[in-house]
Amino acid sequence: MREAFLLFIIVVAGTGGELCVSRAMKTAGEVTDFRPASLVRFVLRALRVGWMWAGVSMMAMAFFSLLGMLALEAVSFVVPVTALSYAAGALGAAVFLRERVSPQRWAGVFIVCVGVTLVLLSKR
Amino acid sequence: MRESTSVHLKTYFMLALMIVFAPLGNVLLGKGMKGVSAAASWQPGALLGVARQVIGSPFIWLGVASLLTFFVAYMVVLSWADYSYVQPASSFSYAVVALLGYLLLGEAVPPLRAAGIAVICLGVFVVGRTPPRTTEQV
Repeated sequence: MREAFLLFIIVVAGTGGELCVSRAMKTAGEVTDFRPASLVRFVLRALRVGWMWAGVSMMAMAFFSLLGMLALEAVSFVVPVTALSYAAGALGAAVFLRERVSPQRWAGVFIVCVGVTLVLLSKR
Repeated sequence: MRESTSVHLKTYFMLALMIVFAPLGNVLLGKGMKGVSAAASWQPGALLGVARQVIGSPFIWLGVASLLTFFVAYMVVLSWADYSYVQPASSFSYAVVALLGYLLLGEAVPPLRAAGIAVICLGVFVVGRTPPRTTEQV
């Protein structure tokens, strides 16, 4: 039960956080200069976007839940089951970021979910 | 055409960084957390004791450093590529994390779990054959 709750937080808060960060990065603009000083300026520019803070907060929640889960289960189990976020991620990308998710991508996400199910079953 | 090749090259480079540093970070965190004793209760004192153990573990800090490296690569690649491309494409890290868990932590990886991870990678292959950008630049 505790593991299921932690997994729920990892998937929901992690995916929500990544969607917010992705939205912030699209607002901040494309990285064209990879020199360290330019990268630092880019990160500072990204930090001025509100979505970035919302995203980082949610990802922090997911991170602490991941730490809790890693204390309970093997890393080779914990990390693959968090791939459940793929379905939520593709859905969120289509709805929240208005990305066009092609049928081929949906098929890939479905296959990933089948793999996650097998990993979950391997624990029984 | 040249611009398209350049976008693909820099996308693959950033994905490679993500695929190495995310699993390494998770394995280091797993190693660190296995050395932390569980809290006896939800009392603030007990939780503080656990937090002290977590903060005092060098494996946790190395794991956080690896995950920060992953996060910077992730942020950079998201500035030009779609989230729905980057997220599935980076899932090769699931195979790497199982391998590192087996090699570095001595974890058992049952055949069904290995099969599940292989299926996840197949899903990644399907997703990876789609273009990295499907939206106009903001």
